[in-house]
Amino acid sequence: MMNVEAVKIEELLPPPFQQPRPKAMKRTVALSSFGTPFVWLLGGMLGIALVMILGLLLLILIMGSLTFWPQKIVHFETVEGKRYLGEVTRVETYRPSNEQVGELPEAYRERAQKFLESRQGVSERYLVRTGNYELTNTHFNWVSDFQIQLTTYPEWAFVWERLSWGRFYGIPMGFQVDGKTVTEDPKETYRAFREHFPEVQRKRKQIHYLEKEVLGSLNYRLEQARLNVRDKDLKLRKAAEESREGRQQALQKATAAYNSMKESIEAEYSKIRTQIETLKTETQRYALLMQVSDGGVVPLPLATIVRGYPANQLGWFEKLSVYIERWKEFLLEEPREANSEGGVFPAIFGTVVMTLLMSLIVSPLGVIAALYLREYARAGALVSAVRIALNNLAGVPSIVFGVFGLGFFCYFLGSSIDRAFFEARLPNPTFGTGGILWSALTLSLLTLPVVIVASEEALAAVPNSMREGAYACGASKWQTIQRIVIPRALPGILTGMILAMARGAGEVAPLMLVGAVKLAPELPIDRNFPFIHLERSFMHLGFHIYDVGFQSQNSEAAKPMVFTTTLLLILIIVILNLVAIYLRNRLYRKFISREV
Amino acid sequence: MLVDTKDARIQETMNAIVRVSHGMEVEPAIHPALSDLADPEVVLRIKDFSLWYGKAQTLFRIGMDIPKGKVTALIGPSGCGKSTLLRSVNRLNDLIDGVQISGDMLLNGDSIYAPDVDVIELRKRMGMVAQKPNPFPMSIYENVVFPLRIDGIRDRRILDEVCERSLRGAALWDEVKDRLHDSALALSGGQQQRLCIARAIAADPEVLLMDEPASSLDPIATAKVEELIHQLRGEYTILIVTHNMQQAARVSDFTAFMYMGRLIEYAPTGVMFVKPQLKETEDYILGRFG
Repeated sequence: MMNVEAVKIEELLPPPFQQPRPKAMKRTVALSSFGTPFVWLLGGMLGIALVMILGLLLLILIMGSLTFWPQKIVHFETVEGKRYLGEVTRVETYRPSNEQVGELPEAYRERAQKFLESRQGVSERYLVRTGNYELTNTHFNWVSDFQIQLTTYPEWAFVWERLSWGRFYGIPMGFQVDGKTVTEDPKETYRAFREHFPEVQRKRKQIHYLEKEVLGSLNYRLEQARLNVRDKDLKLRKAAEESREGRQQALQKATAAYNSMKESIEAEYSKIRTQIETLKTETQRYALLMQVSDGGVVPLPLATIVRGYPANQLGWFEKLSVYIERWKEFLLEEPREANSEGGVFPAIFGTVVMTLLMSLIVSPLGVIAALYLREYARAGALVSAVRIALNNLAGVPSIVFGVFGLGFFCYFLGSSIDRAFFEARLPNPTFGTGGILWSALTLSLLTLPVVIVASEEALAAVPNSMREGAYACGASKWQTIQRIVIPRALPGILTGMILAMARGAGEVAPLMLVGAVKLAPELPIDRNFPFIHLERSFMHLGFHIYDVGFQSQNSEAAKPMVFTTTLLLILIIVILNLVAIYLRNRLYRKFISREV
Repeated sequence: MLVDTKDARIQETMNAIVRVSHGMEVEPAIHPALSDLADPEVVLRIKDFSLWYGKAQTLFRIGMDIPKGKVTALIGPSGCGKSTLLRSVNRLNDLIDGVQISGDMLLNGDSIYAPDVDVIELRKRMGMVAQKPNPFPMSIYENVVFPLRIDGIRDRRILDEVCERSLRGAALWDEVKDRLHDSALALSGGQQQRLCIARAIAADPEVLLMDEPASSLDPIATAKVEELIHQLRGEYTILIVTHNMQQAARVSDFTAFMYMGRLIEYAPTGVMFVKPQLKETEDYILGRFG
């Protein structure tokens, strides 16, 4: 039975129109069409690079600039009864073994064990620079915190920097003049020291001047005269029969000159020697009496002292003045104690002179080569081959350049020069060994590709319309290059030179073979004729870093100097670069655009 | 084809274009006023000149005389060879590899393409103004006297005098006289172009070549350059390339229409723009193609 009433009117009507609901379409969009994730990626990469570079620079800056800041002098007394007086240079945490604790005296063993247990077995140990090498045969000592019984900062503890044997730590107990003790009070002693030290310093400078400058130049003159005699002698031996007479006379004249000069110089020499001796005895009149950590009292002659200060009494300004004084010494003095102390002036000088010399050699070479490649050479297989060869040259390990420089410049070119011009000095080589000229030439080869590639790009960037404008005025090719192309490309060429300079100044490996040495007190430029001695070996900051850091006997003391020297090298490169960048921007404003 | 081919005029135009593009030679229509000029009236005679870039021929037997002291405009659609012709006059095309020519040009009777010609000396007898201003990276003063400098002239008085005369000639003197020793690159585009004109007239050229000198300038600078060309008329012979026909009509005395490397028509500007002889010219001038 159908239930009629159950049928509603709505059901009889057609259903109302309903737009079919679209199937949910999956809209995908390529990730790459959003810029954001890639911005993060790119920015992140840059960030990582920046963090690495800035981290390194910051480490060098902090470590390098803290080296000279005066530290407090601490006095440790250990449970074994040992005493250490010195500066804490490093702090480390470590886990001492049971044996180490077992070595302690019985009475303290338990206490030390408890101390370690309270710290989960971790102990701190201090590296104390105790100095006094001639007494203790060591510069540094490790002291662990569980060993320490008493830590004090003695008011009158002094640190003395000396000409030899490294630092000296102690407490002044008296001042001696001519072996007689004049005072025994620390304060009075320090006063006496300050009274007499300037005099000692002045005399020491005088001695240094006499020994180095006066005697040095006497030696130099005598050596020149001797070489002259030898030269004339060699010429006589080689001379043909008819010119023998004249040669003979020349030899006699030279010998006579040498002999008379020898006499006068020897007289002068002994005069200066006695002068030096008197000065030396005068400086040795004064001595400090220092009490060292084990209680003994030793004399410390003022003549051996460079600088000293009561480290635990210094105020901020006094510390600053010590700091500045040390920097001054570092920048302006010669090194002493196998380079681990003193200054690096010869190395600064050598680095700057070598880098400038290198730039002087490499820029004309590179620019001329680039000019030929870009302006004259016809594009072809040969030019492409040259370009590939240049780029490969940039990838050759720098030590290979060093080997080449040693073989070609020093042994081949240098020996030839020696045989031709400096025969009198043989068998001692003049140019036939490493020297600043050969180093500069070797580094020029090393940096040549950089300069050529950068110069070529700069030349290519000169608009063709400018060249055509010059040709249309009736300029020849060379006039166009000289008056239009080179000035316009100069900023770009300078950029190449900046890159080359930065590369060359930091390079060490080839220099070790062709001229950089551990110690070269004679600078390549001095007061003796001919003033510029390009054959001399020189000191280089990069090599100095290697030498101080890895070749030094007292490497722990030299370690801070590594950072300081690195800081200095980086600063020098930055300064050289800034000068070049300033020049480039000036040229850029002048030749390319005013809006920079 | 979207062109209504039933229109007879357009049909004829198309035929002419097809004729030229199939290499059939069209005899150029040279106005009687220009066809038989005596030597003293002519600065530059172009004689049967053809040019090839590699294998592609871009100029086909061009022959025309450029009259002295007048402004002659070269017009034609892009790629018709008008710039190439202009650059052939001072042999700048020599700088491009693979350029070959036949025929010759005569500058005041002296052959330009004879084998013994010193190109550098030849270029010194002409001035050129490029499409884009190309001042040299030096001071305004040095830019203007550059043609004298490369001749080794050092006399300050001569240089000063030439500099002032040229800058006055290029209507730039009043704007730059206080900063002659500033960089030329600091000038505005229009000033740079007028500086280039000053440089081009510094060595008293026998003919002044201008390659679309106003095409990269704004309307005001363009007007100034055109005014300058007006002023230079009479004193200098000017050969100017332009693809702006209004400009050609405004500045030139004579107009040559080039198409596909050929000279089509050469006539006084007044005649050319009012009643050209050939249909091709009329169609181009009226903007039916190009």
